[in-house]
Amino acid sequence: MSRSVLITTGVVVCIALTIPLFGNPYLTTHATRILIYAIFAMSLDLLVGYCGLVSLGHAAFFGVAAYATALLSAKIGVSNILISLPLSTLTAALVALAIGLLTLRTGGIYFIMATLAFAQMLFFLVNDSAFFGGSDGILLLTRFSLGTPSLSASDPVVRYYLTVAAAFLTFVFLYFLVRSPFGRILQGIKSNERRMRALGYSIARYKLATFVIGGALAGLAGHLYVLLASLADPSILDWVHSAQVLMMVILGGMGTLVGPVIGAVLLIELIDQAAEFTEHWKLIVGVVVVVITLFGKGGLAGLWAAVAARLGLARSQP
Amino acid sequence: MSLLETKSLSKNFGSLNAVRDVSLQIQPGEIHAVIGPNGAGKTTFLNLLSGELPVSAGCLQFEGHDITRWSPDRRANAGIGRSFQHSAVFEDLTVHENLRLAAQTQYPKSFGMLWPAEGYTDVAARVTDVIAQLSLNAAESTRAGELSHGEQRQLEIGMLMAISPKLMMLDEPTSGMSRNETLELIGILRRLSERHTLMLVEHDMDVVFQLAHRITVLVNGSVLASGTPEAIRADASVRIAYLGQED
Repeated sequence: MSRSVLITTGVVVCIALTIPLFGNPYLTTHATRILIYAIFAMSLDLLVGYCGLVSLGHAAFFGVAAYATALLSAKIGVSNILISLPLSTLTAALVALAIGLLTLRTGGIYFIMATLAFAQMLFFLVNDSAFFGGSDGILLLTRFSLGTPSLSASDPVVRYYLTVAAAFLTFVFLYFLVRSPFGRILQGIKSNERRMRALGYSIARYKLATFVIGGALAGLAGHLYVLLASLADPSILDWVHSAQVLMMVILGGMGTLVGPVIGAVLLIELIDQAAEFTEHWKLIVGVVVVVITLFGKGGLAGLWAAVAARLGLARSQP
Repeated sequence: MSLLETKSLSKNFGSLNAVRDVSLQIQPGEIHAVIGPNGAGKTTFLNLLSGELPVSAGCLQFEGHDITRWSPDRRANAGIGRSFQHSAVFEDLTVHENLRLAAQTQYPKSFGMLWPAEGYTDVAARVTDVIAQLSLNAAESTRAGELSHGEQRQLEIGMLMAISPKLMMLDEPTSGMSRNETLELIGILRRLSERHTLMLVEHDMDVVFQLAHRITVLVNGSVLASGTPEAIRADASVRIAYLGQED
């Protein structure tokens, strides 16, 4: 990693690590939620920002892992995160593999519609069947822990640090992935698919791998979400949820990794603050989203880069 | 044995016969030019060879293998490389990255997911080697989209050099180039032909008659004539159908 990235990451991690020290359970829980969405948004950014796969069904994998976790607990009494985390993430990856095989044959707007359709199918499957708890969802009754009861996920601080670790590892993993030969291939596909094929790359394989990795990471977020909410309900499979995470990616700046994290913080804060302020909060959120997308082509990360460049320019001409 | 052979290759778009019954052979080491008036089906023919378009009838063989149903990427990996008529570089990536993505295909062991792509020195060496053979003025870190048209065309050929295909198919490589750029490119192509078999689809007659060992003339999707430049120049039907228009 370059020095500036290393320093910035270090500072952010240090700040993140100090949050529980304020002793404010609300703040800790709130930060946990933001970090979960940061993971979720980063996972979608791998698809959208790096491979050009605009998916409107990404909540499916978040939801599948959340339901897998809840079912593991409700049906067979699994309460060890060391078991539920890999299993639920794997389930999300497998569902991503199946949906990817069926949807990646299409491109552009058709891909958007196909991912949306599959996610909605899962929504109705869960919403309308007793096995998945219907519209009430499945309440988490067991207390999840990391092997020993002293590391219980119902302790907000333990849960928070678990989420920090997951978010940090996701960021580092994706940071290396997008700079690797594999990641470069994805960027080539996004830039010019036809040219990549003519160079000898079998596009379908790389897209599928990306879709599965993105799905698995969304599953990781979904698993952490259930630990936080103690509930898996159909709303997390709804397309609105997919749209929300897509909005985080676009607001923050796609194709940057830092962007989705900023986007997650921004959108969650924006919704929370605006909702406290007025019942017409959607209007405020809408205006902010429109302004940022209109004036900041690369989202907030892009806006920041533009401002920094201009400041740098101004400084070099005294 | 010919390197590439088409047998009665045809392509229909609905009722339009864009390519009809084309049989031709490309011998190893030769520069084979395909010429013809606008709408003769040259680019369609090239797209059939590279696999961009499925054939309607007929078959094609590469090194004795029937590749009629092979995907474009499989053909590329077998040694058929192509450039596009409208420059197809990765516009939002740097010059270096354009060439690196091409060079990377030659090192299957380098398809890692963890270590930075720049760390693969054999790929980097190949990129440096290719850049040395081109005459680009722009820096390697320039975004390809910011290059001049002529330089983009060169970069595309550089990408072909990086994958070093047995057969290089170039779709109007000199289109939109200045006279000087064209001369430069002729030099590059001549050097390339020492190690690669070349197939050119070309409008510029000077380029064709300077470079080609064999010329195939397509008119309305069919082969009108095929032979050495001298034979084509002397061919009366070619003069009437095509060359006559130029005079």
